Amino acid sequence: MSVNFEDKIPSGPLESKWERARNDYSRVNPANKRKFDIIVVGTGLAGGSAAATLAELGYNVKSFCIQDSPRRAHSIAAQGGINAAKNYPNDGDSVYNLFYDTIKGGDYRSREANVYRLAQVANNIIDQCVAQGVPFAREYGGYLDNRSFGGAQVSRTFYARGQTGQQLLLGAYAAMNRQIAKGNIEMYSRREMLDLVTVDGVARGITVRNLNTGEIETHTGHAVLLCTGGYGNVFYLSTNAMGSNVTAAYRCHKKGAYFANPCYTQIHPTCIPVSGHYQSKLTLMSESLRNDGRIWVPKEVGDKRSPLDIPDSERDYYLERIYPSFGNLVPRDVASRQAKFRVDENRGVGKTGVAVYLDFSDAIKRMGEKAVSAKYGNLFQMYEKITGENPYKTPMRIFPAVHYTMGGLWVDYDLQSTIPGLHVLGEANFSDHGANRLGASALMQGLADGYFVIPYTLANYLANANLPEVSADQDEFKDSRAEVAAKLDKLLGVNGNKTVDEFHMELGLLAWDKIGMSRNEQGLKDVISKIGELRNEFWQNVKVPGEKNYKNSELEKAGRVADFLEMAEMMANDALTRNESCGGHFREEFQTPENEALRDDKNYCHVSAWEYGGNSEKPSFTLHKKKLDFEFVELKTRSYK
Amino acid sequence: MSKDGNMTIHLEVWQQEGPNEKGHFLKYSLEQVTPDMSFLEMMDVLNTKLIKEGKRPVEFDHDCREGICGTCSMVINGDPHGPQKATTTCQLHMRSFKDGDRVVIEPFRAKAFPVIRDLVVDRTSFDRIQQAGGYVSVNTGNAQDANNLPVRKQDADMAFNAAACIGCGACVAACKNASASLFTSAKIAHLALLPQGQPEREERALAMVAQMDSEAFGACTNTGACSAACPKEIPLEHISKMYREFATASSRKRDS
Repeated sequence: MSVNFEDKIPSGPLESKWERARNDYSRVNPANKRKFDIIVVGTGLAGGSAAATLAELGYNVKSFCIQDSPRRAHSIAAQGGINAAKNYPNDGDSVYNLFYDTIKGGDYRSREANVYRLAQVANNIIDQCVAQGVPFAREYGGYLDNRSFGGAQVSRTFYARGQTGQQLLLGAYAAMNRQIAKGNIEMYSRREMLDLVTVDGVARGITVRNLNTGEIETHTGHAVLLCTGGYGNVFYLSTNAMGSNVTAAYRCHKKGAYFANPCYTQIHPTCIPVSGHYQSKLTLMSESLRNDGRIWVPKEVGDKRSPLDIPDSERDYYLERIYPSFGNLVPRDVASRQAKFRVDENRGVGKTGVAVYLDFSDAIKRMGEKAVSAKYGNLFQMYEKITGENPYKTPMRIFPAVHYTMGGLWVDYDLQSTIPGLHVLGEANFSDHGANRLGASALMQGLADGYFVIPYTLANYLANANLPEVSADQDEFKDSRAEVAAKLDKLLGVNGNKTVDEFHMELGLLAWDKIGMSRNEQGLKDVISKIGELRNEFWQNVKVPGEKNYKNSELEKAGRVADFLEMAEMMANDALTRNESCGGHFREEFQTPENEALRDDKNYCHVSAWEYGGNSEKPSFTLHKKKLDFEFVELKTRSYK
Repeated sequence: MSKDGNMTIHLEVWQQEGPNEKGHFLKYSLEQVTPDMSFLEMMDVLNTKLIKEGKRPVEFDHDCREGICGTCSMVINGDPHGPQKATTTCQLHMRSFKDGDRVVIEPFRAKAFPVIRDLVVDRTSFDRIQQAGGYVSVNTGNAQDANNLPVRKQDADMAFNAAACIGCGACVAACKNASASLFTSAKIAHLALLPQGQPEREERALAMVAQMDSEAFGACTNTGACSAACPKEIPLEHISKMYREFATASSRKRDS
């Protein structure tokens, strides 16, 4: 079977492409739908919404998650909100404006047609979620409330306090539950996908490990939908959940699925900083804090006085100084990089020196403590819970943290990967956010893919594909089970001296230092060789305790870290070959005299899709380029001075 | 306490190989615990030490570590999620303890939550309660414009407060009868408060309560331990609302 590597963007005007595609797609009649088994891996917003919707349509859905319940996927932790172009506030929003802001926010490195479709279906998402009983914030008249988010001049963000992701996910989970009760979804929780099974080059099943019993199972299907999130935990420390990992996506990559733009990672500027070497994860503090907080560091290098003892004249409000017109409200990538520069200059604050201040004392003087508390009270409380410090009295310490990954498995307009039958949804694919994602757009994309895109595109695939019966007893499945079991045995058999976490932490530091907020050629070359050395050491010296036929968290983590050790190398290769700066990818060699990202549209207006070769100990990656055509928007340089 | 403010904590942690095996307490004195460590980071440090000493690490459930996914559990010195009010185990920090403290860590104990290994329990009974009726039967694509359905702000806010349940199971672990009433009532209340929930309101109450009763949960005797232990402070009044909903639905079912 040949590689599927055509964008398949429908012809015609931007506004009518999706409608045209839906008219042209083949359909599967209701009686035939029940003959198709659809495997959905992951139960976040993308996987949950896809599983529920496909089951409603009559397909047999088999849903898999690593958590103990589908309700716990990491979409649940999203705070801010979800964008849609309803224009309820009458402030001039439109589908086009949402599309344009998203394309521009992505620094012109995403596909026009995908982003336009996303903006078009966003309104349907809000309608659907409200109908499910999602308790969005409302005004006193009973109508839905909106707020503003970064990168937009309108209020288009729907929200449920600071728990929008939770409420949307519980909506999708409820829709799934209804189908589970009806027998249309078979739910497999605490199962980890460890291999994709292809038959004649077509995705026909998966191999999973039952995390309770260690049993290796294979499941057959007519299509596989991968909805397994991003790869931010390559960096060890991130705002992702502890269990978030790239293994399912990476194993598909190893089976031939191209991985697109792996170097595009989003670093969120306002997170609670690391407090010690034992740190296991980082917590986000909402971007909204930058509306009233002022970011600063001491002017003097190595000034260790308490922030309250440093007079205003000896503080450097560096964002206000460098970007007088946007001040503290510059976009995420810019704010993050500037914080890193201050720490690199040894002007960081706190016990570790790896933080900057976010100070509300002027806001408290101006508005009063009560008004500040009404606006940000819950965030201040969360900060105090974690740090033990009272942000009303002393400035918050914040530092950027890895938050989201824009790169992912390559997909065409129909969300199909280069492997026929393997579709990729949500953060796991690469298609909609370009080189930088705007706030409140991740929830939008996950639900758009699951509720409103895949039901159409999957039917078209199933109606046209030649899918002979397969059985879990045939060689492809047997081989996959054996391969997975052998890999687990290999991990258990090394019996070295270093724990999985120790390797993961080391990898995280390497990645953060060289593939993090800013990158350069030498650093990337160095880190590629260091990652290789660390990977060699891993396979010779990792210690994985316990047995394979019990719940064994260390064994689970070991497999994931082994994949991160390859993934990091691919990210570095991608960053090294993209000789420009754009969005979350900042190459130090390519910046304007004012330290802004310098894009090279002539040579790099393309998607970099990587093909896997080699093996776990020595992977190799081959680059395939796919040009991005901008027919409808003009490429411009962003400026925030 | 040492000069640098670090503590020694005397841990007693439940270890149980599998669902059908007998458990015991692993005793371990952990040094160099810092006040800024989260409770689960302290467990990470313990596990690293155990692995280095050639022993089996302790299995425990955790994921987001920001208090929203509901995965972490643990009964700490007798309290589900530990001593701090309105706080999940993952948000608990070691500054809540002092040097030399004895800390006993057990799984959420309930017949309906069988132990899988150590501190990891099976909470799929919660999922089955939700599957019985915790939803609005609306297919994708059926929805009208979102603003065609105004909802009184007070009702929306109350519905949100009920919907904020993270499904962790602390309510069950705290209850002397291991009742799931607070958990079940939160979903029944969330949907009963909203217009979208009205068409299935009675069937939902009947089905979810019946499913709760068919699992191995105990009955509610209204002591309020559940709400006091709830990291999201789901109010006890939802339970009385659930039984009102159930009673109304039952009597109307008899009459019809």
